[in-house]
Amino acid sequence: MIKELVILSGKGGTGKTSIAASFAALAENKIMADCDVDAADLHLVLTPENYKEEVFGGGNKAYINSRNCVSCGKCINLCRFDAISDFFTVDTLSCEGCGVCAVFCPADAIEMKPHQSGKWFESETEYGPLVHARLGIAEGNSGKLVTIIRNKAKEIAKNENINLIIADGSPGTGCPVIATVTGSSFVLIVTEPTVSGIHDLKRVHTLIEHFRVRSAVCINRYDINLEKADEIEEFCRVKEIPLFGRIPYDDDVTKAQVAGKSIVEYSSGPAAEAVKVMWNKIKKEILTEGV
Amino acid sequence: MNIAVASGKGGTGKTTISLCLASYYADKEISVALLDCDVEEPNVNLFLQSEIMGKVEAHVLIPSVDNSLCSGCGKCGEICQYSAIVLIKGKPLVLKEMCHSCGGCFLVCPEKAISEVKRTTGVIELGELNGIQYAGGRLNIGEAMSPPLIKDVKEYYSGAVIRIMDSPPGTSCPVIESVKGCDFLVLVSEPTPFGLNDLKLAAEMARAMKIPFGVVENRTSPGNNSLREFCKSESIPLIASIPDTKEIAVRYSRGDSVSYIKENYRNELDKIANHISSSVRADMT
Repeated sequence: MIKELVILSGKGGTGKTSIAASFAALAENKIMADCDVDAADLHLVLTPENYKEEVFGGGNKAYINSRNCVSCGKCINLCRFDAISDFFTVDTLSCEGCGVCAVFCPADAIEMKPHQSGKWFESETEYGPLVHARLGIAEGNSGKLVTIIRNKAKEIAKNENINLIIADGSPGTGCPVIATVTGSSFVLIVTEPTVSGIHDLKRVHTLIEHFRVRSAVCINRYDINLEKADEIEEFCRVKEIPLFGRIPYDDDVTKAQVAGKSIVEYSSGPAAEAVKVMWNKIKKEILTEGV
Repeated sequence: MNIAVASGKGGTGKTTISLCLASYYADKEISVALLDCDVEEPNVNLFLQSEIMGKVEAHVLIPSVDNSLCSGCGKCGEICQYSAIVLIKGKPLVLKEMCHSCGGCFLVCPEKAISEVKRTTGVIELGELNGIQYAGGRLNIGEAMSPPLIKDVKEYYSGAVIRIMDSPPGTSCPVIESVKGCDFLVLVSEPTPFGLNDLKLAAEMARAMKIPFGVVENRTSPGNNSLREFCKSESIPLIASIPDTKEIAVRYSRGDSVSYIKENYRNELDKIANHISSSVRADMT
């Protein structure tokens, strides 16, 4: 059975991608999926060679044909997204492709045209296959694109007898995060001992519980604030969430990023060691015991 | 004047810079509002710690079908581009989380069997502290779509001289909603490969939206000029720099970095404020 490990955080910048890249280096027989389609960074460490590139069509956008337009203003009144200007041009950043303007235009002057929202890639890296994407700037539909990435990763895993998918998620609790969590096997929440780190951990954990997915917590840079780290541990105890790792602050983490390597390959310092210990726990949890 | 603070990458210091700026203007007795548009993970008030003086429910409109009027023609399902209405045994079923509130089904229904009802998606908290007016959105957990709530948050304090929108990370629809209509965009980044990669995306977004922007470098470390060089090569103004110090990191973790930055890096905040006013002035002429 294919297991899908998801890495989330709620708050951005807590170290999701650095940890995902380390797992990519440590795990055997796995595929990576970068589900942070909005600001994908995993490829900066894994340096993939893309062998397949596909266009992601996120939906339609309205186009007004000025020759047919009688300037009646009906489209402006009906559009709930304020996407049509007083000069009858469509702001494609605001248009959500609902098509209401086109359906109700008395002059038949509006056409809905398919719109390219992004691209997704299948690639090979020295760590194994990677599926990642690039959502176009200012685009919506990130949830749909995440679903494509996950399905593609599952398909490749099945065909190549791979039993583990490592998915790097995005910050927040909204559309792309929901699309990443639903139906996954296990979530590792990477948090940090700061007031915002704790607050956001609690929200994302509630979301994960809502979707009935098992999870564990890792405190990154735990020694920045030992009191707050204890507060996180207490939260985990009360909520019965296993604490899988305490990673100390270590300059090597940034240095590894600059070198384009995962921390576990770059360094044998305290952060790298803590990540290795954590990986062994996760491996035991999701690969040897039934989920 | 509306100032958005965004970043591309998460955790670069958007909220800290937003708070520092709000406090900076408040010190000058300029009427300022701080709007937390990162409604999925709202953090502004963790640091501002204003008493919440009001809570307003935020909602979107979704269709409600009166089955006694419905003829089962299926036009509502046909017009819906979001698969939010499906016909089951000839009757429409509304999948409310999928609905984008476009109003298409309501308008197209020949029997007038569809009305629009409110669905709560979150709450807007209101407060005021030390001259900063605060409004922050908080999306209900499990709710996928944040833009409608962000739009509502941005309605607040339109009378303030300066409004600062603390935006979510990324470059997709929630960020667009936060940044849309702003007079200036501050992009907070850090000199790391991830920071730079995401800054490129954020700069592309700013250009696509035709909003003047500049970069504040956070966690600057001596000898690392990567961000500086990137800004230079792209002709993006690098407005200010806040250094990478353990003191700031520790204070941030406790929630009291803002006053410290204000005291020790007032210069940098001056630069940001001056740059914004001259840039906006130039843009208007």
